[in-house]
Amino acid sequence: MVETNTVKTEKKKGSPKDYIGKLGPFLALIVLIILVTIVNPSFIAPTNLLNLLRQVSTNALIAFGMTFVIITGGIDLSVGSTLALSSALMAGAIASGLDPILAMVLSLLTGTIFGAVNGLLITKGKMAPFIATLATMTIYRGLTLVYTDGNPITGIGDSFIFKFVGRGYLLGIPFPVVLMIISFILLYILLHKMTFGRKTFAIGGNEKASFIAGIKNDRIKTGIYALSGLMASLAGIIITSRLDSAQPTAGTSYEMDAIASVVLGGTSLSGGRGRLVGTLIGALIIGTLNNGMNLLGISSFYQQVVKGIVIIIAVLLDRKNKK
Amino acid sequence: MEVKMTGIRKSFGSNSVLRGVDFDIQAGEVHALMGENGAGKSTLMNILTGLHKADAGEISINGENKRFDNPKEAEEHGVSFIHQEMNTWPEMTVLENLFIGKELKTSLGWVKTKEMRTLAEATFDDLGVKIDLDQDVKQLSVGQQQMIEIAKSLMTNAQVIIMDEPTAALTEREIDVLFKIIHTLKSKKVAIIYISHRMEEIFKISDRITVMRDGVSIDTALTKETTNDEVVRKMVGRDLEDYYPKKHSKIGEVVFETKGLTQANRFKDISFTVKSGEIVGFSGLMGAGRTEIMRSIFGIDELDQGDIYLEGEKITIKSPSTAISKGIGFLTENRKEEGLILDYSIRDNISLPSIDGFSKKGLIDTKAEIDFAQLLMERLHVKAENQFDSVSSLSGGNQQKVVLAKWIGIGSKVLILDEPTRGVDVGAKREIYQLMNELADRGVAIIMVSSDLPEILGVSDRVIVIHEGHVAGELSKTEATEEKIMKLATGGY
Repeated sequence: MVETNTVKTEKKKGSPKDYIGKLGPFLALIVLIILVTIVNPSFIAPTNLLNLLRQVSTNALIAFGMTFVIITGGIDLSVGSTLALSSALMAGAIASGLDPILAMVLSLLTGTIFGAVNGLLITKGKMAPFIATLATMTIYRGLTLVYTDGNPITGIGDSFIFKFVGRGYLLGIPFPVVLMIISFILLYILLHKMTFGRKTFAIGGNEKASFIAGIKNDRIKTGIYALSGLMASLAGIIITSRLDSAQPTAGTSYEMDAIASVVLGGTSLSGGRGRLVGTLIGALIIGTLNNGMNLLGISSFYQQVVKGIVIIIAVLLDRKNKK
Repeated sequence: MEVKMTGIRKSFGSNSVLRGVDFDIQAGEVHALMGENGAGKSTLMNILTGLHKADAGEISINGENKRFDNPKEAEEHGVSFIHQEMNTWPEMTVLENLFIGKELKTSLGWVKTKEMRTLAEATFDDLGVKIDLDQDVKQLSVGQQQMIEIAKSLMTNAQVIIMDEPTAALTEREIDVLFKIIHTLKSKKVAIIYISHRMEEIFKISDRITVMRDGVSIDTALTKETTNDEVVRKMVGRDLEDYYPKKHSKIGEVVFETKGLTQANRFKDISFTVKSGEIVGFSGLMGAGRTEIMRSIFGIDELDQGDIYLEGEKITIKSPSTAISKGIGFLTENRKEEGLILDYSIRDNISLPSIDGFSKKGLIDTKAEIDFAQLLMERLHVKAENQFDSVSSLSGGNQQKVVLAKWIGIGSKVLILDEPTRGVDVGAKREIYQLMNELADRGVAIIMVSSDLPEILGVSDRVIVIHEGHVAGELSKTEATEEKIMKLATGGY
C-alpha cells in the first residue's frame, strides 16, 4: 500500500442540471403531495400521513433490497413468493407452538436462504437473474401452496411482540414505519459508506473489471440476493402480523411495485447507478399515488393505469436528464 | 475511383486528433497508411466513410466535393471499410452473412435464395475463394471470415476498400491468400487503403506509403523509393534511442517464476523467470497465446498444469483476488472492457483493488481514500480536473495511467502489463515507459506483453518469444533484433 499524505481536494460541484436530475424524484413527490392535498385536504392530516407511511413500509423494505440487486444489473422477481413462503413457515411454526420470536427469526433466516439460493443459481449456475428468479418465484409460490394447502394459516395472534411488529406504535409512530426507517439507515450505510456497497456498484458498473480488480463477484452477488430475500421476509412478518394470518397468496406481484419504486428513484435498470434515498422517495411516490387516488375515489382499475403512466413519464424524464 | 482528402481536421472535445491531414488514393493502387497507435489513422478513415464529421478540410471523389453522412452512404458510393473486429453473425450461414441487410427480395418480400447463391458463387470464383456457402460462419477461421468481408464489399461494388490491420490475426498461409486476392482486386481497378504495422508486409504489397504522426500526415512516398528505416523515422519523429527512455534499474534476484504452465489447446509447458527490477517482454504473433498465459497466471482462467513461484515460494492462484493479495497486478489488453469502470470517477477506479485496505470493519475511510487517489494521480501525472471526473472523459493515455495507478496502489511486486500502450498517444507512451522504469527501479518485476516490436526491443531487458502456445526462444537485450524475434515468432529457426 502506498503511503498517503494529506492533500486538499475539492468536491466536484455539480451543474444546476445535475441537481435537478438528482432532485427530480423528490420534486415529483412534493408536486404530487401538493396536488393531492389541493384536491382533498384530508390527505395531509397526520393520521392519514402515518397511515400512508405504514402502507409504504412493506413495499419500501422490499424495494431497499431490490435496489442492491438492480444496481448490480440484476433483478429479483421472487420477492413476493419469498415473502409468502417465509411467512407461511413462520405462521405454521407459531401455530404448532414455537415461540413467536424464534419463529420470526426463522422467517428471516428462511427468507435469507431463499434469496441466497437465487444468488447461487445466478453466480454458480450462471443463469440470467430474470430467469433464475422467475423460476424460484413459481417454485416458492408453489411450495407455499403445498405447505398451506391453499388455505390461510390462522390462530397465531396471541403473542404481544408478534402483534406489535405489524400493529404496534412506538412514540406514536407505527412500528412498521420504525422498521422501515431503521432498515433505511442501516442499508444506506451499507450501500454508500461500506466496501460492500462500493463493490455492489463496481459489479454493476463493469463486472469483468471488478473481477480483475479482485472483487469476489460471486460472493457479493449471492449476499445481495440473500439480502433481498431477508428484506422480503421482514416485510412478510409485518404483513402476517397485521393480518393475523399468513395468506398463501400474500405478496403476489409485490416485485412490480418494488421494481417501480427503485426505477422511480433513479436507479438504472442496466446497473451501476442508483441511490437508496431515491428508492425511498420512489416508494413514497407509489404510496402517495395509491393513497391519494383512494382518497379521491378513483377506481382501482384506473389506479393501475395511472401508476403505469407515472413510471413511463419518470423514466422518460430521467433519460432526458442524463443526455 | 479517385479519392482526395485535404486539410482534414478533427477534435473530440479538447483532444485534437487530426490536425491537417492530406491523403489521396487512386484506382488500382494499394496505399499503405502507417503510423503509431493514436496517430489518427482510424479517425481519418472514419471521416472518409462518414462515421465522424471532419471539423475542417475537403474530401473529393473523382474530382467532386463529397462528404458521406454515414458508412452506409459511403458503401453505396463504393467505399467500404473492413474493420479489424469483423461484423459477422456467427450463428448464421456464409450465404446469410454475405447478404445480411441487403437480401435480394421479390416485391412481396420473399428472399431470392437462388439468385443470391449464384451471385455469391460468382464473387467467390472471382476472388478464387473456396468456402462452403451453407457453413455457419462460426466454423470458419478468421482468415476465411475476412474473405467473406471482402466478398461482401465487392458485391456492393466497392471501388475503395479500407483494410484495418487485415493480417493481424492471420496465419502465414492465409496472408498469402489475402495478398493474392489483393492483386486480383488491383487488376479490377479497386483501390485499397491498407493499414498495418507490419513493415515487411507493407513493402511487399503497397504501391505508396503515407505516414501519419500525432494527427498530421508527415509524408507520402512511393514504396519502391523509400526504406524501412525512413518509414520508422517518420512514424516516430525522432531516433528510437530517444523514444524509449534509458533504464538504469539494478536487476536483482528472481522474484517470479513459472514452471510448465499448461492449458489444453492454448499453451504448453511455459516456464520463465522474472527478476526484481527487470522488464521481460513477451513477443509473438497475435493468437500465439501470450494473453492466455497471463490471464491464467492471474487466476482469470484456470491452469491445467504447472507451478507458480513468488519469491521462491510456491503459490496457488485461484482467482484475481488471490493474485492481488500476493502482490501481483495485471493490466489487461482491453482497458475499456476489463480495466476500468468507465462511468465511474478516477478515484473509484484507482481505489477499487485496494478498497479493503481503506476500511475498518467494512466501513470506508473516505478521507484516506481521497488522499490515496490524489497521491497516485499526481505521481502518474493523470491529466484531469480532479479525481471525481469520470474516467470516460479522459484520453486513452490518461485512462491507461489510471489503470496503472490501480496496480501501483496495491503495491505490486509483480506487474503484468498486457499491451500497456495500446491506443495511447505518443507522449503518454513515453510517460508510461518512464513509469515502468521507475517501478523497475523500485524492484518491481515487470512482464510486458506487446505486439509492437520496436516497443519490445526498446523497453525489455529480456525478450521471450511465444509461438503457437510454447516458448520459442529467449533473447537477451543485446541479442534481440526484429529479425530474430520475427523468426522465432513465426516458427522459423
